[in-house]
Amino acid sequence: MNDEVLIQYKRYRARNKRFIIFILLLLVLIGGIALLAGSHWIGGKEILALLRRDGTALEYQILLNIRLPRVLAAVITGIILSASGALMQILLRNPLASPYTLGISNAAAFGASFGIVFLGAGSSIARSSDLFMITNPYIVTVAAFLGSLLGLAIILMIVKVKQASVETIILSGVIINSLFGAGIAVMQYVADNVQLASIVFWTFGDLGRGDWYKLFFMLIVLIPALFYFSIKRWDYKVLCSGDDYAKSMGVNPQQTRILGLVITSLCTAVAVSFFGVIAFVGLVVPHIVRKCIGDNEEFLITGSAVFGGMFLLLCDTVARTIISPVILPVGILTSFLGVPLFLFLITRRKVRCE
Amino acid sequence: MRIKVNHISFSYNELQALKDISFEVDTGDMLAIIGQNGSGKSTLLKCMNRILKINQGSIEINERPLSAISPAKLSQIMAYIPQTEEARTGLTVFDTVLLGRKPYISGKPSAHDLEFVSELLFRLELEEEAMRTINTLSGGQQQRVFIARALAQQPSILLLDEPIANLDIYHQMKVMKLLRQLSAEGITVIITIHDINMAARFCNKALMLKQGTVFASGDQSVYVSANIEYLYDIEVEVVRYKDNICIMPKNL
Repeated sequence: MNDEVLIQYKRYRARNKRFIIFILLLLVLIGGIALLAGSHWIGGKEILALLRRDGTALEYQILLNIRLPRVLAAVITGIILSASGALMQILLRNPLASPYTLGISNAAAFGASFGIVFLGAGSSIARSSDLFMITNPYIVTVAAFLGSLLGLAIILMIVKVKQASVETIILSGVIINSLFGAGIAVMQYVADNVQLASIVFWTFGDLGRGDWYKLFFMLIVLIPALFYFSIKRWDYKVLCSGDDYAKSMGVNPQQTRILGLVITSLCTAVAVSFFGVIAFVGLVVPHIVRKCIGDNEEFLITGSAVFGGMFLLLCDTVARTIISPVILPVGILTSFLGVPLFLFLITRRKVRCE
Repeated sequence: MRIKVNHISFSYNELQALKDISFEVDTGDMLAIIGQNGSGKSTLLKCMNRILKINQGSIEINERPLSAISPAKLSQIMAYIPQTEEARTGLTVFDTVLLGRKPYISGKPSAHDLEFVSELLFRLELEEEAMRTINTLSGGQQQRVFIARALAQQPSILLLDEPIANLDIYHQMKVMKLLRQLSAEGITVIITIHDINMAARFCNKALMLKQGTVFASGDQSVYVSANIEYLYDIEVEVVRYKDNICIMPKNL
């Protein structure tokens, strides 16, 4: 009988691991399809030719400099947003928390708008066909990143002045969001038509802005962060049972929370600065994963990361191919695909309970 | 383990919650901290576990100052069960108890950790519930899960804040019997409790707190009507029935 319980529990752990591996395989599969699909379909014949090194330069270019960076951008951004979302929900003990709860999205958007309007990054039209071309994407990226750091700095200042409770941190995030929201409104008010269009275009979120340098930079931020979260996963587990309990287990709740928030915010800031605001993923992916594997933080962060990478890649691939050659903003697809999936999972669980 | 509390004080900002508290508990003792709401019972428990930092005085565990013990080491010596668990819905019973193994786990729980938890679940008659989530359990079952989680830390000292509040008399008895059994096995058990009859029946030691100060402490001889009347500001009658102390309020 004693073994029975152990066997049950080990089976449960194995099931969770299998889920993560399954999603990982799905990610690889979708990644493969995403490399081939698009306005220019790359079929088996072309791949064989590429492998024999006699493929056309065009296909080589498409694969290596357009599709592969885009696929990786989707995966890495999905991982960052979903893992950050899961962690925010754990650290702030709030199911509505997301990577943007601390105001990172609006702060970055404000920075980008500032770059577009005042630093001349979107002031001139480069080609007549591109009405809202951002002429200097690097200025916008840097401005957006600095904007999100400013937002984070304000939050940290509030936390430092007042021994901040979870509620205070969330409230500060809401305030920062509206502060930068007002800032964006000012920018939009003073912007000319082209700049205004650039601002709107930037906030849509677009994974096509990726290149190898950006991906490399994201990995430099992401890998140590994931490593850190993995080391700290038992601390996060304990923290979910309350601050007093965490203290009695030798975990400093305040320090663990603030450090976790800073690291997730930095990762999110990088993703947002590079690719704009991609909504929904960070909020809902952790909930989808919770529905599948239960409320266990040991698996939740890894599960959310893998699922988020797969999900954003799927959304981006659909966005690129559904009315090809037009590419829809990925943020639209994340909601259109994610909401039905989430609703399905909620209702399915209810049916089982009855 | 022997705990010695020497003249400790604690304030929440301006409000002094504990004033000059001293007492001692020995290995295998079961101490009931009693007093009115707001008398400082829970605060005292949190100070003993360093959740709150005392302003004055010292606490010693086996002659060793509490401040000299690292937080990680302390979690292997002392386990704490809060009065109300902050909402934590979806974790399974097994995972919850496994959480108590954290002081011994680095990275992945070992086979020994899993076996330890499964044995605890059997001991506390929770094996049927192992894979259920906490929010589907009754109050009595939940309290046993939290005790199991505390025992998973292999503590020498167990601190419980109101362990039988919100339980029916069957589950109250079950929890108190379990705690007494643990103290008989050599664990020092310290609880805060409102039910003075249960305290008198199960705990061999009592500490009476009135407005943040110790008003009386010692063995069961402290349960006399004068003490209890002063402690709770009501008139009571203390009678002995079959070797048990019964405390009854007098006039309504």
